[in-house]
Amino acid sequence: MISAILIILSITAFIGLVLGYASIKLKTDGDPIIDKIDNILPQTQCGQCGYPGCKPYATAIANGEADINQCPPGGDDGVHKLADLLGVEYKPLNAEHGVTKPKSIAIIDESTCIGCTLCIQACPVDAIIGAAKQMHTIVEKECTGCELCLPPCPVDCIDMVEIPETTDNWKWKYPIHSIKQQN
Amino acid sequence: MTEYLLIIISVVFVNNIVLTKILGLCPFMGVSKKLDTSISMSAATAFVLTIGSITSWLINYFLLVPYNLEYLRTISFIVVIAAVVQFTEMVMEKNYPYLYRVLGIFLPLITTNCAVLGIPLLNAQLSHNLLEAAIFGLGGALGFSFVLILFASLREKFEGANTPQAMKGSAIAMLTAGLMSLSFMGFIGLDRL
Repeated sequence: MISAILIILSITAFIGLVLGYASIKLKTDGDPIIDKIDNILPQTQCGQCGYPGCKPYATAIANGEADINQCPPGGDDGVHKLADLLGVEYKPLNAEHGVTKPKSIAIIDESTCIGCTLCIQACPVDAIIGAAKQMHTIVEKECTGCELCLPPCPVDCIDMVEIPETTDNWKWKYPIHSIKQQN
Repeated sequence: MTEYLLIIISVVFVNNIVLTKILGLCPFMGVSKKLDTSISMSAATAFVLTIGSITSWLINYFLLVPYNLEYLRTISFIVVIAAVVQFTEMVMEKNYPYLYRVLGIFLPLITTNCAVLGIPLLNAQLSHNLLEAAIFGLGGALGFSFVLILFASLREKFEGANTPQAMKGSAIAMLTAGLMSLSFMGFIGLDRL
């Protein structure tokens, strides 16, 4: 009895020690540059850049497969930051990927919604709740304003509503410096 | 040498863990929709089963048998296999990122799989020595991979086949698994373990 307890205890204690030590010793932080790029991107997961989400786009930038000017929701500001981070020249947003719009969220007109669940499947961040033949609604806190739910809706009951600036979400505008001309 | 070959043949065909011993059915049904994933899964299983058989044999032989604690096999095997897999996963993530990306999520998935626990328990029951245990584990994984890849290829064919409405999807998969199991029963008599 005692030996059984002792043996199980010693096995688990030994394993715990080894795993604990290994988790400190073998820590990996992923690829830091991808994470840094991903932090700059707006996390709308809208796919306007041509990649399925912000992380894949960040990976593509890091591998040199994508340009830095393909993210309309990030705006000019985002391109500047990416250029700074990667040490490359700034270039204006590529219009092929869309234009920057003011930050907005989707609102479902609940009286028109037929409960088809198509928008739920399209939402990249799971911000839409509802079930088949039940009216859907959008969790405003989660909505990134990516507009991916608009095309699948068969009754056009989703509207993009601009977020008005209130005292809660107002923040200091970034100061705009003109880049010093060399020579 | 022949006996090791016999162990492999017996465990791949005659005593196949999935189709004859009916172990590890969840990955067999769950990860067999696509050939690619089933191949990754097979590789991960081969890895875990071989390592798991060896470590549990060591635990069984050096800790449990000397103190007459064979009744602790199940619990200690689970703990040890889970820990070893976790540890190798960490080492792999650090040193072999490519391998880690291929096997990725499958490693923790199969840690507590019944096939992975079943093979070490069978090893203990059949009182194999260390090398036999390792080969039995590897053979079990080969058998698992063989059957899983066959099944995944069949299921990919079904996607395009004209199956009756009521039999689509899981229903036809279950039937196929049953038929495969029946056909593997045909190997009984080829060799006895």
